[in-house]
Amino acid sequence: MSIFTAVQNFSRRDVLKLFGVTGGGLVLGANGLSWTPMALAQEKAGKLNLFIAVGEDNKVYLTCHRSEMGQGIRTGIPQILADELEAEWQHVVVVQGLADKRYGSQNTDGSRSIRKYYYQMRQMGAIARTMLEQAAANRWEVPVSEVKAKSHYVHHDKSQRKLSYGELALAASKLALPDKESVKLKKNSEFKHIGQSRTIVDMDDMLSGKAKYGYDVQLDGMLYASITRPPVLGSDVVRLDDSQARKVAGVVDVIRLPVPKGAPAFQALGGVAVIATNSWSALQGRKALVIDWTASPNDTHDSESYLETLSKRITQPSKLVRQQGPEIYDWSTNSKIQSQYTIPYLTHAPMEPPVATAMVTEHGCELWASTQTPQSTQQNVAKNLGIKEEQVRVNVTLLGGGFGRKAKPDFSVEAALLSQQLNRPIKVSWSREDDIQNGYLHAINAQFYQAKVNNDNFPEAMLQRTGFPSISSTFAESVEYPSAGELDLGFVDIPFALKSYRCESVKAEAYTRIGWLRSVCNIQHAFGIGSFVDELAHHANMPSPQMWKQMLGKPRLVDFADQGFEYSNYGEELSRHPVDVGRYHKVIDIVELAMKQKTSLQKGQGWGFAVHRSFTSYVAVAILVEVDRSKNLKVIKSIAAIDAGLVVNPDRVVSQTEGAVVFGLSLAMMGEISFKAGRVQQSNFHNYPLLRINQCPDIEVTIVASDAPPAGVGEPGVPPVAPALTNAIFSATGMRIRDLPVNSVLNV
Amino acid sequence: MSSKKITLMLNGKIFTLDTDPNIPILWVIRDMLGMTGTKYGCGAGLCGACTVHIEGKPARACLTSVAQAQGKHVTTIEALEFEGLKEAWNTHNVPQCGYCQSGQLMSAAALLASNATPTDADIDTAMSGNICRCGTYTRIKAAIQSVAKKRAEK
Repeated sequence: MSIFTAVQNFSRRDVLKLFGVTGGGLVLGANGLSWTPMALAQEKAGKLNLFIAVGEDNKVYLTCHRSEMGQGIRTGIPQILADELEAEWQHVVVVQGLADKRYGSQNTDGSRSIRKYYYQMRQMGAIARTMLEQAAANRWEVPVSEVKAKSHYVHHDKSQRKLSYGELALAASKLALPDKESVKLKKNSEFKHIGQSRTIVDMDDMLSGKAKYGYDVQLDGMLYASITRPPVLGSDVVRLDDSQARKVAGVVDVIRLPVPKGAPAFQALGGVAVIATNSWSALQGRKALVIDWTASPNDTHDSESYLETLSKRITQPSKLVRQQGPEIYDWSTNSKIQSQYTIPYLTHAPMEPPVATAMVTEHGCELWASTQTPQSTQQNVAKNLGIKEEQVRVNVTLLGGGFGRKAKPDFSVEAALLSQQLNRPIKVSWSREDDIQNGYLHAINAQFYQAKVNNDNFPEAMLQRTGFPSISSTFAESVEYPSAGELDLGFVDIPFALKSYRCESVKAEAYTRIGWLRSVCNIQHAFGIGSFVDELAHHANMPSPQMWKQMLGKPRLVDFADQGFEYSNYGEELSRHPVDVGRYHKVIDIVELAMKQKTSLQKGQGWGFAVHRSFTSYVAVAILVEVDRSKNLKVIKSIAAIDAGLVVNPDRVVSQTEGAVVFGLSLAMMGEISFKAGRVQQSNFHNYPLLRINQCPDIEVTIVASDAPPAGVGEPGVPPVAPALTNAIFSATGMRIRDLPVNSVLNV
Repeated sequence: MSSKKITLMLNGKIFTLDTDPNIPILWVIRDMLGMTGTKYGCGAGLCGACTVHIEGKPARACLTSVAQAQGKHVTTIEALEFEGLKEAWNTHNVPQCGYCQSGQLMSAAALLASNATPTDADIDTAMSGNICRCGTYTRIKAAIQSVAKKRAEK
């Protein structure tokens, strides 16, 4: 017997072909949990393709195969599908897709849900619309060229007849799928949903407490697990006394989990799990554990001294990663400007810590996970349980924030391993302390920048170096240099029109799990270059936006050919998503103008500026601060302009950009994870603070109107924020902050 | 930690629980009574995600033991009624991930109940205990102001 509550054969080989995936065509129906709509298990619905079903009740069931973590994708993907489908928004029901390779990648990171799926979703909508039109033509026995779908009906104008989608649903679902290349897509001017600000589909549930996140999953017979993980990566339990823990009321069991061998990757971290009938008992049980840990090679890690080491290494010649024009050897001191910048380790700290619930039986595993990567979850759980991927069913809940943390399925592996041992549904919920102390950290980093300026103090040549432990070190042992992909994130891809531009990377070994955090290496690199250009601007007595435009040169497309590296461009063809200096200029101009219109500065106030291209979008940010005599910093205003190409849900682009400003301010003002003797020093929001409402500035966001292919939105707002802030502080006070976070020198 | 019979008045209903009196009501409400609108965020009173009302005043459910709440009226997001508040949240499209919004709404309702016309500074003070990692603060502020304005116009 299957553990799955509703299984339905939903084999559509044509759809499989459409997505380039063959094999079993089984789509599983909805489970008993209330937030997963029953659409695909619904009897009176016609399935038109993998993403779209139409009910006889006229409802259209649109699948969102991406994870919702606040970016609004459960609204955005359906907007695209509904538009080409000519569906009316009030009839739309959103279905959350399970882990399923036929959808293509479901990895909800890299700011790519709309960027990668915009055209495919339009095709899916158009295919379904074409089938409904064909079904109507068949019913009326007229040529299909005489009928037209519009606003949830198919019309035959000649005879003034119309049929609703509900009336056509079952007939349409029996038709052969049209070829995706043959279906006609709408003109942009015909869009009804794309480009419209739509209220997020989960709004009412979120405001009534009904929205279900990973933390909210409750199953019959479920037990709660809380895990004490090794305090240092590489250490293991040498002695465990769980006698007191077992006496805590509600504690059911104490289980040791093995620590990972080799590179940590997505393995469970191991440690000691306390299993209880409720969360509180599990947490209390953990407090009563007595554990001695073995020594680890990472015990010596001290982030302060490591940053000093990196700061020394970046002063020496290192590995060449980009050379534009001839190398400069003549760095005479009177024309040379140098600076170094550092950032500490950072962590994600989503409001909902990592959490997953697993139910393992002899037939397989069913998971409910707050995950950005359902397929990776499926693969890693299957591997760890020693079962087939098809035996692992992954339900994606709403995510209480992700920011990259929930793209690592280690917590789902923990839940699955424990459920397998206990033969019960197990929920593993991380505490805030677990989240802060056992994360996949954004890398500690030091950067060196040097420019040679001409008689007008304008830079003609630049040299820059960066050193940070690589994300690759999480997946392979002995990685000691940043990867090419990481250097593509805001380090080697600055399209300055310099005569000579040399970029080098520096050795940086890893001592902890390094991971990707919202905008990844763009965080440190935008801080480095954004600060340095401001320093150059100050040296040349020129406003920062002007210096940017001059260094970028005239509007043109840049491909970095023959510069010693192949630019990965966020996985996009440069032909579709070029590095376009003109688009830099546009966002710079918008923000520069907005700054100029707000000129009346008070004493102690100053504006700062920065611009950055990432995830193929362009974002300029200006920040106004005030610093008083007691060194109290107040961030007053932030202006941002984003060119993300064509946008689907403008209000969510604005909200993501507002959120990116807040995220960027949090990390720049207060973000720091530090290590002493291998252990993370921070534990909760008192010592890993996040921006609060009283610290939050007014935020103005302008979206550049564009028909360019949709670009990333979730991340690109973050990188320019930190340098805009520190540049503003410089402008207000003359104090140049080159080492984040700001709260080491100012009260925030 | 012996268990004890405790009476909890939650959202107008009376529950008799046989439980450790020290357990925070957050876990009673969520794990035992199955009402999951009240969220865990830090377990230390630092983030406000678990904010409920006790006798109409905002309280952190993660730090309030069931013994402390005994005999008092506890209200959670599921039973929150405050004229115009959720509508304002909707109009301003406040939530992103939504996880902290139960706590934000509970704090905002408590503020508006005690102060019909809060200034920006009042809002900062009352709401500064509620962290939103997504960064919805500007919209939270605008939503609260719009409720206050509408009430003043009546």
